[in-house]
Amino acid sequence: MNDSLRMERVRRFIATLNQACELGLAVESAGKGELVLRLPYSNFIVGNPDTGVIHGGAITTLMDTASGSVIMCALNDFELCPTLDLRVDYMRPAEPHRPVFARAETYKITRNIIFTRCEAYQDTGETIANCVGTFMRIGQDATPKAYRDLITGGESDQS
Amino acid sequence: MLESIPYARFIGLECDRFGDDLIFRLPRKEQNLGNPILPAIHGGVIGGFMELSAVLYLMMAQETLRMPRIVDFSLDYLRAGLDRETFAECQLTRQGNRVANVMITAWQKSRSQPIATARAHFLLED
Repeated sequence: MNDSLRMERVRRFIATLNQACELGLAVESAGKGELVLRLPYSNFIVGNPDTGVIHGGAITTLMDTASGSVIMCALNDFELCPTLDLRVDYMRPAEPHRPVFARAETYKITRNIIFTRCEAYQDTGETIANCVGTFMRIGQDATPKAYRDLITGGESDQS
Repeated sequence: MLESIPYARFIGLECDRFGDDLIFRLPRKEQNLGNPILPAIHGGVIGGFMELSAVLYLMMAQETLRMPRIVDFSLDYLRAGLDRETFAECQLTRQGNRVANVMITAWQKSRSQPIATARAHFLLED
């Protein structure tokens, strides 16, 4: 599977997540076991009206989505893997009026569990938050074929 | 206070008071969904709901209008959050001089069947 196919799959997947669409999450780049998503700044996700800093919840959604979607960049076949847990460490508040990026990777894949790492940062180079997550592999058949085909475009890619 | 926080309006967070106790509510909202098959609320929204609940709870407990800064947030997903109203309650596990530890439980159908539990540390600035 090549990187443009990976990006395409992640794009199609994110398009089915209402909340990700509401936030305007976009795919920046994808590689084998790697993914970068972008969260644009908007006034409606501000958590502290005095400072204009966006709420941690939007960062959590960004990182959860990046960590869950990077699995698609690591496995050839599409498997929907529910989140078991997420641990987010906040390094600093995100600077207002700038997008936040999330770079996620799968660092260990086992038969049952996928372990992910994710860093949220801004174009100033500052780390906003770090996140580790675990995802459960419930198997391909737990997801309806029609939905799998929607994400993969109907093609299984073993290359 | 809820009115003044854009993110609270964005996800639709509400709060009810029972004596000194606070129950936070997240009414059903289509825009909060993630997994379209079940369908289920996006895990990040459940996290954001619980995190914001903890912030509001701490502000009420401390009787302050200043927002505490979150240090870390650890979230266990126990069940799928289905497309229905979600509730959360918080408990101040320990408050020190500078840091507070808050436990958050979220449920839908029954409080005895939580959909997620979380633990957060906050920096209390003076």
